[in-house]
Amino acid sequence: MHSSGFFLNDVAGFLGGYYTFLALMNGIAAFILWRKKNAPGWALVWSVFAGVMMILASLALSASKSMVPALPMAVRSLVNSLSGPVLYTLGTTALFTGLFVFRKFFVQPMVAWSVLNFTLLLLGLSMADENFAAIVMKPDNVPIVGLVYLLAFFTWVATKQAVVNDERIKQGLPVVEKVNDEKVLVWPDLVYTELICMVGVSALLLVWALFLPAPLEEPASSVKTPNPSKAPWYFLGLQEMLVYFDPWYAGVVLPSLVVFGLMAMPYLDFNKKGNGYYSIEERKFSYLVYQFGFFELWITLIILGTFLRGPNWNFFGPFEYWTPYKVEVLNNVDLPQMFWVQWLNQPLPRAPQDAGVLSQIGFIFLREAPGLLIMGVYLVVLPPLMAVTIFRGFYAKMGFIRYMVMSNLMLLMLTLPLKMILRWTVNLKYIISIPEFSLNF
Amino acid sequence: MAIGETIRNSQIWKSIFRHPMPLDRRNRIVVMLTNFFLHLHPVSIKKQGIALSFTWCMGGVTFFLFLVETVTGVLLMFYYRPTLEWAYNDILALRDVTSLGILRELHRWGAHAMVITTWLHMYRVFLTGSYKPPREFNWVIGVILLLLTLLLSFTGYLLPWDQLAIWAITVGSNMARATPILGYEGPGQQLLTIGGIDMITDGSDARFGLLGARFVGEETLNRFYVLHCIAIPLAAALLLAIHFWRVRKDGGISGPL
Repeated sequence: MHSSGFFLNDVAGFLGGYYTFLALMNGIAAFILWRKKNAPGWALVWSVFAGVMMILASLALSASKSMVPALPMAVRSLVNSLSGPVLYTLGTTALFTGLFVFRKFFVQPMVAWSVLNFTLLLLGLSMADENFAAIVMKPDNVPIVGLVYLLAFFTWVATKQAVVNDERIKQGLPVVEKVNDEKVLVWPDLVYTELICMVGVSALLLVWALFLPAPLEEPASSVKTPNPSKAPWYFLGLQEMLVYFDPWYAGVVLPSLVVFGLMAMPYLDFNKKGNGYYSIEERKFSYLVYQFGFFELWITLIILGTFLRGPNWNFFGPFEYWTPYKVEVLNNVDLPQMFWVQWLNQPLPRAPQDAGVLSQIGFIFLREAPGLLIMGVYLVVLPPLMAVTIFRGFYAKMGFIRYMVMSNLMLLMLTLPLKMILRWTVNLKYIISIPEFSLNF
Repeated sequence: MAIGETIRNSQIWKSIFRHPMPLDRRNRIVVMLTNFFLHLHPVSIKKQGIALSFTWCMGGVTFFLFLVETVTGVLLMFYYRPTLEWAYNDILALRDVTSLGILRELHRWGAHAMVITTWLHMYRVFLTGSYKPPREFNWVIGVILLLLTLLLSFTGYLLPWDQLAIWAITVGSNMARATPILGYEGPGQQLLTIGGIDMITDGSDARFGLLGARFVGEETLNRFYVLHCIAIPLAAALLLAIHFWRVRKDGGISGPL
């Protein structure tokens, strides 16, 4: 480990450049706003902000390393002590819900710009923390920071257009995409756009490659297991699911279902509206299901698995040192244990020593009866029940097979958040636990 | 100018480009119809269909990154040998000794970027409802391409043969051990027992098929190398061709009806 002085030496130059970049970015924004003349107040706000960023840059680059701007220690410890898987999941859920519900507010360019500035400033201040920087600046983790900002940016771009379109549809006007349907020649209009994109991407890639060396650790050794051992970052959502499910489900069945579900999507979505333009109101159900799967169950889990899971896959706060000696209490209980032992106060049903195979299987069924019953109700009784209640309209339009595929896919998708909640609230480990056949669920 | 004129009037030039420069409307149409690379595109397109705020250009960027990966990958193949003896040392030399060792950075960051742009492309296609009829099947092909992109990245992750590589692949491929029925630690593995002999063992299960061995070793390196450099790129190239062809056949870029 570096001592703090060395670390700040290393990071100060980067932060100086970073804050200068923020100052430039806001200076340009202020200039454009001032030229447009319609928001002089905002132009002033961003020039002042740019000035503050310049001061932070000079502080970071000053000779005294104690001047490098950073979050106060008290704030960092507070964040560390507060954060955990439960708060992280609930917090991101609340964040997405808020962004969705108040989307008309957040798509305003000045609001979005403020949010961007706030997060970038927070990122800069956090970067001066040694533990935070050690994880975020790992070469293979840098793309995820990029991913987060790209996703936020493009979600903003899309939501902005959807909000405008939804408003126009409400007023009986054609959507923006429809208005703009004049035809142009592909040469030069599209061909040149593509060329410029190619040049831009090449330049970006070259700069990225020049400044960030690809990681290369010690030579491979099958006897030295690193702690934590992590899959490539795009699979860390799946690895995080291993906390709640056994590998056969989290690593094989669920990913296959994701692929199958994605492929089935166009055949399940019977809504003819919203084809070829941005809209939320016209296809709220499919929109929310997709966003829930993509943001909640894929992206946030990748971020959790990458930045917040340390040695022994324990949860670590963003400013916490990844010590392998962190102890976490594992007091999870299986449902059969809960049902027979804790509630009925009797031992688990077990076949006598000399019982035949069939009798043994019978006893396993008896032991697992509560879990099997719950899963049976969940996967077999619930779909028809929903077909005559909340999804009555869906069922009528989709027909039996399509409806059953959709409802089962959705229920299986929901097994993950439900299992999370059961784990946090009642420490449930498995609903069905048949180690005899390696079948734990 | 005179030299340019001479070149454009030469027999060689005219044999390659069978029309004048695309400066007027007629020749801008002709260039799209006669050029092999450009004929993927239509001649004219709705202005909306090329607005960056609508398309994000992410499909195009993904394809461009695929080309970058192909070129840098081929160049890296000249240098890199997928054996226990050389794999790590070759990467080490690419970092410390070789001129243009930056090819490895370009290849690695290009791969990460390609995963991200694929997701963003899918995200855009979803948000504009472009998977809806008549484009359902092209979405399905797109999902397979997403899978191939992830597999390309995953197989490539092993090749540097450092601690990061071997353990990421070990963690990832350990999942296959738990495949229902076909993995030796998976549920229902006992079903394939014939005459008291287990058919599914750690030497014959899904994970063994993936790794070519009971653990990540030289067989795995060779297997992943071949998958990474030949098998998956070929499959991806074929599906890309179908994907692009279907974009045209299904009515071009989507737009409101």
